[in-house]
Amino acid sequence: MTAPETAASPGFVEEVEIQGHIIDSLILPKVLDEILTHGGSFVLKDIRIGQHQNDPSYGRIEVHAPTMPILREVLDAIHDHGAVPTSTQDCQVVEADMNGAFPEGFYSTTNYRTQIRLRGEWIEVEDQEMDCGIVIDPEGAAARCIPLALVRKGDRIVVGREGLRVVPAESSARQNLFEFMASPVSSEKPKGVTVREIAATMRRTRETGDRILAVLGPAVVHTGSSEHICRLIRSGYLQVLFAGNALGTHDIEQAFYGTSLGVSMDRGLPAEEGHEHHLRTINTIRRLGGIRPAVEKGVLKSGIMYECIRHNIPYVLAGSIRDDGPLPDVITDVLEAQQKMRDLIHGVGFCLMVATALHAIATGNLLPGWVKVACVDINPATVTKLTDRGSIQTVGIVTDAEPFLRSLVDELLENK
Amino acid sequence: MKQPRILMCPPDYYGIEYEINPWMSRSRGSTPEKSRKQWAALYETLKSLSVAVELLAAQPKLPDLVFTANAGLVFDNRFFSSQFRHEVRGREAPHFDQWFAQHGYIVEHLPKGMYFEGAGDALFCGPTLFAGYRIRSDVLAHQYIARAINRQVLAVELVNPRFYHLDTCFCPLAPGEAIFHPAAFDAYGRKVLEGHIPNLIPVTEPEANRFGCNAVVIGKTVIVNTGCDRLVGDLRARGYESIQVELDEFLKAGGSAKCLTLRLDGEEAAVWT
Repeated sequence: MTAPETAASPGFVEEVEIQGHIIDSLILPKVLDEILTHGGSFVLKDIRIGQHQNDPSYGRIEVHAPTMPILREVLDAIHDHGAVPTSTQDCQVVEADMNGAFPEGFYSTTNYRTQIRLRGEWIEVEDQEMDCGIVIDPEGAAARCIPLALVRKGDRIVVGREGLRVVPAESSARQNLFEFMASPVSSEKPKGVTVREIAATMRRTRETGDRILAVLGPAVVHTGSSEHICRLIRSGYLQVLFAGNALGTHDIEQAFYGTSLGVSMDRGLPAEEGHEHHLRTINTIRRLGGIRPAVEKGVLKSGIMYECIRHNIPYVLAGSIRDDGPLPDVITDVLEAQQKMRDLIHGVGFCLMVATALHAIATGNLLPGWVKVACVDINPATVTKLTDRGSIQTVGIVTDAEPFLRSLVDELLENK
Repeated sequence: MKQPRILMCPPDYYGIEYEINPWMSRSRGSTPEKSRKQWAALYETLKSLSVAVELLAAQPKLPDLVFTANAGLVFDNRFFSSQFRHEVRGREAPHFDQWFAQHGYIVEHLPKGMYFEGAGDALFCGPTLFAGYRIRSDVLAHQYIARAINRQVLAVELVNPRFYHLDTCFCPLAPGEAIFHPAAFDAYGRKVLEGHIPNLIPVTEPEANRFGCNAVVIGKTVIVNTGCDRLVGDLRARGYESIQVELDEFLKAGGSAKCLTLRLDGEEAAVWT
């Protein structure tokens, strides 16, 4: 798992609490000084000052340290001043008694950074994903999120809430792009500023070596935005693509016939016999054995899927019940598609979702909470749905796909 | 004015039998005759000041039972029994508990695992209890006491092992007035004492090493070990009369006048009401 940016990464953390006459006795400032002196840092999570002289005060402090030995040193140093860990129990673990289901009372995950306490030490849960369980590896030294369907009898699953710590990325989510957006979605935001901020985030993502994931709906093709996406791919601003059968089909249809769902991309009018184009497209690709063979045989020569093959951009085309064909590349088993998406999410630092509710929500379900998401849709409800399902790191832009993508590409490639 | 009451324990079995502080050395034992004489001099001095001295029976194999200040903390009719850090002293606790129970006190114990060494580490100055921690007592124990008696308890860290109890480096004289040895505390502790006690009289290192801070205050009289002339002068300037009683035999165990006594009715500087 790629390390997320510093503010979202708590490093090694222990929460401690301290009470008593800690203000007048200067014990609280002393403890905070000790934390810093020993190389740690802290977040004051709660502070309650006694109202009267005899009333004790209370402080809850999240202690951060870059390494486990430093954390231990810091905790040892402040322990004698009365700062004691709030959690003193390991997490509880129960073996799964059957395949494909958690034991009763399992801990249900969020997309926030999560740590569990094992043998007295806090370890980071890997593959953070919402609505999963947590499985402990057989050696008991590591833990990761596991979806329901992948549970195997005998897996050691975390139950209850003891020895668990969830660290919301509240401080990090308010930076830059996410800082100026008071509300997560609005059609009444200055688009120019939004686009600039998204472009800046994409640049930073690339600078840190993280990957950019695009989740695209077929409207990207219908609205004539294919070339914008192609330029993003060619210039290194897109490393992973998630979409469905429709995007792939219409993109290739445009490459073959100059139409999208039978509508001419040049004239905006239905082409003669145009309604057949998409099925003929699918048929051609099926006859060639897939998108890659079509590119390699020189049949497919332009478009988003072509650029993906040419630039080795991994993609998942996930199927749905209404798909025609589908293209041979489409994964029709949804669990298999989810798993493939999980595999490709590693290392993603930014996600751009354009004109798709289905694939956006599916991706939102898989992304850890510290990966920033920009969701572009003509329908505000798409962003709302995404945040309502827990992907609260999302910033929404209510606009048509084409003008947005054109401005974004301009911002990324023309001005700089 | 009510008669001051103090608990003492004769030094019948006193001696240096183990080493639990930098003052103790088994190679530098105590002479029983001398220690009995010095203890008796302190006892007589207190009697001469009209103190009612209660006596706890000495017990064989408990050489430090003589240091009654460490029995526990007296607050009104409640006795918070000490939980000694060193097992050798832990055996004293049942004897103290028994005495206090027999004398009408409610005997209370702190949660297990919390070290607390009584008036050795907890001294009232005015309504506030000043409490030393880190070397013998735990800060968590002081927090427990604060809740139990609903008083402000200001815990100060002791940083010099030679001044291992608060009463070896700090002695309240009256509300707002105390003597102390600054180097026994860290910067935070010094600031706390300076911030809460307007008249703080520093004790020099040589006189602190004579246990000048380990004094007993009766009214405006301060009983202190010999060799603390400068302190005696400073006290005189503030209106206190000093009586120097040689207690060097007990200094060999890291104790002096204050350690040998436990005030049962509240120290002179304490404001309980």
